[in-house]
Amino acid sequence: MVEAVAAPPRFEMRGVRKAFGATVALDGVDLAVRPGEVCALVGQNGAGKSTLMAILSGALAPDAGEMFLEGAPYAPRHPLEARRAGVAMIYQELSLAPHLSVMENIVLGLEPTRFGPLAVVRRDRVRTTAVAALEELGRPDIPPDAIVAELSPAAQQLVEIARALASGCRVLVLDEPTSSLGHDDVRRLFELIERLKRQGHAIVYISHFIEEVKAVSDRFVVLRDGRNAGAGPTATTAADAIVGLMVGREVGELYRHGNRIAGDTLLKVEGMTPGSAPFELRRGEILGIAGLLGAGRTELLRGIFGLDPVRSGRVSVGVYSGPASPHDRWKQGVGMLSEDRAGEGLAMGLSIADNLTGSRLHGLGPGFLVSPAKQDAAAMRWIGRLAIRCDNPRQTVAELSGGNQQKVAVARLLHHDVDVLVLDEPTRGIDVASKAQIYQLMDQLVAQPDVGRVLRTRLQGGSKEQDPPYTRENSEAALTAGTEKRKAVLLVSSYFPELLGVCDRIAVMSRGILGPARDVSEWNEHSLLMEASGARAS
Amino acid sequence: MERALAVDGSVGRARVVSRRRFLDESGVLIGLAVVALIFGALIGPQFVRAANLELMARQTAIVCVAALGMTMVIVSGGIDLSVGSIVSLSTVVVALLLRSGAGPAAAALGGVAAGAVCGTINGVLITQLRVVPFIVTLGTMLLVRGAAKGLADERRIEAPITWLNDLLRTAQDGRGLLPAGIWLTLVLAVLVALTLRYTRFGRHLFAIGSNERTARLCGVRINWCKWAVYTISAALAGLAGVMEYSKLSVGDPTVAVGLELDVIAAVIIGGGSLLGGRGSVVGTMAGAAIMAVIQIGCSQLGLQNWVQQIVTGTIIVAAVALDRWRQR
Repeated sequence: MVEAVAAPPRFEMRGVRKAFGATVALDGVDLAVRPGEVCALVGQNGAGKSTLMAILSGALAPDAGEMFLEGAPYAPRHPLEARRAGVAMIYQELSLAPHLSVMENIVLGLEPTRFGPLAVVRRDRVRTTAVAALEELGRPDIPPDAIVAELSPAAQQLVEIARALASGCRVLVLDEPTSSLGHDDVRRLFELIERLKRQGHAIVYISHFIEEVKAVSDRFVVLRDGRNAGAGPTATTAADAIVGLMVGREVGELYRHGNRIAGDTLLKVEGMTPGSAPFELRRGEILGIAGLLGAGRTELLRGIFGLDPVRSGRVSVGVYSGPASPHDRWKQGVGMLSEDRAGEGLAMGLSIADNLTGSRLHGLGPGFLVSPAKQDAAAMRWIGRLAIRCDNPRQTVAELSGGNQQKVAVARLLHHDVDVLVLDEPTRGIDVASKAQIYQLMDQLVAQPDVGRVLRTRLQGGSKEQDPPYTRENSEAALTAGTEKRKAVLLVSSYFPELLGVCDRIAVMSRGILGPARDVSEWNEHSLLMEASGARAS
Repeated sequence: MERALAVDGSVGRARVVSRRRFLDESGVLIGLAVVALIFGALIGPQFVRAANLELMARQTAIVCVAALGMTMVIVSGGIDLSVGSIVSLSTVVVALLLRSGAGPAAAALGGVAAGAVCGTINGVLITQLRVVPFIVTLGTMLLVRGAAKGLADERRIEAPITWLNDLLRTAQDGRGLLPAGIWLTLVLAVLVALTLRYTRFGRHLFAIGSNERTARLCGVRINWCKWAVYTISAALAGLAGVMEYSKLSVGDPTVAVGLELDVIAAVIIGGGSLLGGRGSVVGTMAGAAIMAVIQIGCSQLGLQNWVQQIVTGTIIVAAVALDRWRQR
């Protein structure tokens, strides 16, 4: 260990900068890892961890900054070059060929061959290479002939690590490696990391879970908003302090919080997952569900909306109860925004108008007919209201920017005029301006309108300073304005500042278990992160 | 301000989009014109004379009717390989019904119903077993062919002559009116085109074909739509079978082998995408017409069957390659 500390770094990144358009993802980040060291890279979503690792692995080129591998300049042009240089990434999503055997996967792309250009694979060498790699892992029990698809997720991950070892890696990056593993497998993975460390590998360990970071790493580096926010030895730093470094920022002026009064209960969810607290969603409030990636939030929402079967528990929407299909949920006044905008949320090849009106075509023509002109008119209305930047409603959504695409997806719920908006990561991957508009919109949907203002706009010529005169008609208008179609929003996010900014109540989901919803005033970013990363439980 | 910008912008660009959509279908129409011109130049003016055009229309009517259903299926991202077999089953059912003394209208209805039953089976298997349409309809292609042969006892079925035999024949009084079968095809084409464009069902088919997960998220009843589209497609194939019977005057369980490939080719030449979400009736009809022009042109030039097949094959690949190139 003493020797390792004295050794020069295996790899070093200095002043790495990367911008995507106007968004600066990395602003001069430094990172160095020595051989025989496990360095934990921590930070909130969007802090720049993935971008940094994409640069290290050659998937992205930095705008500025230097990189060194074993003291020599290192600038991979593509991932294969990085892999040849000895930098291996193990991603959350496994990148194995499921139909091939374990040994074929281990040597994939580096198959030993003979007969020159004929490139006949030497099956004997394939086997010895694979067996050697598995032994290095300390897992000779994995049969080299087994088909990868038949292995457990934990064993598949081992095969992937074995592939990294077989290619002679010197730097190993593990990105959220425990997200698909059970308790015992996590323990065994940690033993393996310890073993690889002793063999002299330099390991970067990315995780949201502070307890894991504490258990497995020697040192931690915190990123925040694309900058280094702190570093230190893991053993002598409290979990609290690490979380503090990750958070470190005040909630900005991005969020609005109008006059909200909770009304009747619109949605009630009980016992969807064992051990979870029940919750109710009322008209005129935004209920947030905080949780990290893989905590089970998306599964919860999909169950509520009927996209996935509900195995246990009960969902009631107003007077309706019991399981329902997405078709039924729309009819009951519930609409959902998918977290997977390109894969599920929008049909990229269809027009804005078709996407926007997709859930509610009736009313856009007589009977079962749909009038394209009425479809366009409905779309134009929301394009104007949400300031969606486009040329016309017949453009395909694929041509729009991420933020504008998301506004189309949100506009679908508004066009349908649902009472309950179920939003899964509505601001993921969109620009700040669009984010601000979506926050503002959510607030408008639930907040009690300012009666005076409603009347002033209603009464033409009414001065802005002076309240309108008291008449019977005006007072009735004021009364209806107050109860006019307020909505309820169920918001899932892994970006805690926005939850704290827009929600009335927040419940935290961690490892498949939803905690009780508490008033937003009882939370702060620190406590949310502690709860969500399981630091409090340990 | 934002709104004003959006509205202003739309005026100018709407024209661009409609022009692009025009190009989408115009590609295949131009192709049709080019093919017709080439053969017209080679054969002479008699090639485009009314009688010859009618001959082509008659030749292509059967493929067209089946291709209308296939267009809907392909728009929804599916495929139906069983249409050829359904056509043969339908000819057998029509002939059997006529022989047993049923009226021509009832017999025709029976042929269509036989198709619809096959389509319902396709739809139920695809939605309930969650097996991909290619496999399911590959299976029912053999299954239905077998059923047709069993029903006909592996023989041609003779039936009394009725007005059904005149469906694709020009009226005797020689007033130049098209045969009833062609009118029927045109009316159905308009109906299917309107369905795809202006009904909720049609829009849902495009949504399913474009992105099935999005359609599900939007509350589209996917199973219902798929069941309906396969049933409609097979019912249209049944009707194509009635027209085939009219041409043959017998029920023949071995007829229309490989017809599904002509039908799919018509849709694909017409701009349909096997990935779903794209396709139009105008394109499909033009695609079918291109194939008919090649077929009749080649035979009138005295070219042999093999030349015709090579030309058709080239056109299919060229049409799709051109389309992909234009998409870029």
